[in-house]
Amino acid sequence: MATPSSRRLETSKVQVSTHFLRKREMINQVARYVLMLAAIISVLVTIGIVYVLLSEALVFFEQVSVWEFVSSTSWTPMFSRPTFGIWPLLSGTIVVSGIALAVSIPFGLILSVYLSEYANPKVRETVKPILELLEGVPTVVYGYFALLVVTPLLQTFLPGLPGFNMLAPGLVMGIMILPYTTSLSEDAMRAVPNSMREGAYALGYSRFHTATKVVIPAAMSGITAAFILAMSRAVGETMVVAIAAGQMPNFTFNPMEGAATITTFIVQVSLGDVSHGSIAYLSIFAAGMVLFLLTLIFNLIGFYLRKRYRQAY
Amino acid sequence: MNGMSKFQTTVQDDSEKPMRKASEHLDHWYLEPDSPTRARVSNLKFWYGDGTQAIDDVSMPLIDKKVTALIGPSGCGKSTFLRCFNRMHDLYPGVRYSGEINLLPEDEDLINLDPNIVRMRVGMVFQKPNPFPKSIYENVIAGLRIRGITKRSLLDEIVEDSLSKAALWDEVKDRLHQPALSMSGGQQQRLCIARALAVEPEILLLDEPTSALDPIATAKVEDLINKLAGDVTVLIVTHNMQQAARISDYTAYMYLGKLIEYNKTNDLFTAPRCQRTEDYITGRFG
Repeated sequence: MATPSSRRLETSKVQVSTHFLRKREMINQVARYVLMLAAIISVLVTIGIVYVLLSEALVFFEQVSVWEFVSSTSWTPMFSRPTFGIWPLLSGTIVVSGIALAVSIPFGLILSVYLSEYANPKVRETVKPILELLEGVPTVVYGYFALLVVTPLLQTFLPGLPGFNMLAPGLVMGIMILPYTTSLSEDAMRAVPNSMREGAYALGYSRFHTATKVVIPAAMSGITAAFILAMSRAVGETMVVAIAAGQMPNFTFNPMEGAATITTFIVQVSLGDVSHGSIAYLSIFAAGMVLFLLTLIFNLIGFYLRKRYRQAY
Repeated sequence: MNGMSKFQTTVQDDSEKPMRKASEHLDHWYLEPDSPTRARVSNLKFWYGDGTQAIDDVSMPLIDKKVTALIGPSGCGKSTFLRCFNRMHDLYPGVRYSGEINLLPEDEDLINLDPNIVRMRVGMVFQKPNPFPKSIYENVIAGLRIRGITKRSLLDEIVEDSLSKAALWDEVKDRLHQPALSMSGGQQQRLCIARALAVEPEILLLDEPTSALDPIATAKVEDLINKLAGDVTVLIVTHNMQQAARISDYTAYMYLGKLIEYNKTNDLFTAPRCQRTEDYITGRFG
């Protein structure tokens, strides 16, 4: 079928063949379905994971009351008389992630302000790759670093600190996620157009005020996203805590004690000889669901904050 | 260098015109100030970080409380020259100045002052509106905040005053706390002017302030600049000669980093003293 446009071109040197147009349209359609398929697969995988998590957790909650799960402060699934209170795992997760964020948010912000607003290009081109190199260090290395270097170091001025504690893995995890927060929030700040910086300087702003009063507020949505990502990573991080915090469920908010987190418990059970279908086996799905809910909440908070701070420039 | 060859051809063309006397073809010319000057530029030269010289030995006065326009073809250094007045170049590494820009009557060379102090005294409005991603109100008081002014009643008063001067008050008085970025481009630019006026600058620099605006918004900003004369010393870069003729009292024509002619706007456009100025304003070049 000749399109009107191709007919009009007959006297012209630029002839577009119908065959070419048909081929172009076909590629367009194929690309559309391939891309749609990719999108559908990722959605289906997510739904599948949530389905497994929920269905197994439901079996668990048929045997253990939800009330016990959310109110008891004792988590002993391997005992002959098991108890299933999520709080010991939750407290460990909260404390370790909290320490990690307390390290990585301020330092990440300071570093990214320095790199984006103060450092000259040469320094930035040197420091950024080094930071990104830190991302490549395996987490198991960080775990042993926490256990064998940081804990003994902390013990020199905190004599009562046990060999397994939450402080060391928290600090190390903070350093571990620092490159993510720095790199992402630096990207967000560099995306703030230079015209905005010049506007601030033209009003007599100093470099510091330009960074804190103009660039950071303008980049807030990106910075928030960076911190949410850091939070999700901290909550989901397993190896460092499994190695350096002792894997003992312990309901405490004291970072000087050892504890287990949700993730370390899941590792411990899935690697141990727990029979398939047993209550201990099912408990990892319940714990996993809590983890899932936690990250979901963080993402919702991030989504809300991003919407609040979204700026078009 | 394309501009240069064009320029040379126009000179040849004009040599064929018999009516003009050679004595009228001045190379450079500038008017000695006949009114109080706010600043005097003496032998200003400027080099960018990569070593290219953008301003070559420019001397001219800036008349107090009048509008002075800088015109010239793209790349002639007019924006670079403007940005010397608030030391904007100092944000980028390796730049170099020689010569002086003396503020009068204090007789302070702003090339030797702390750039932050200079920028507190000399305001600037940019080519593209660049309001901060904050409310309209916060934008106007942005410069006051960093000058330590926090008294609410005073801030309110300055906001109304500056927005009125920028001919924006009636349009935004009911939505002062809405985001500045929700406004139209023309309103944003007038907000930027209000933001610059709020701190009562000694000199206001305008870098092609209407080039990103539609004709109606342009007319409003031009109106506003006309009203500012008599109140503020304004230096404006424009690529639009009609605009320069409409809004300025004095005009400087720059070419290849040099000042060719500085004169009263009316004289420069009706009886240019230099051949090169005439070529430019009559559209034979540039």
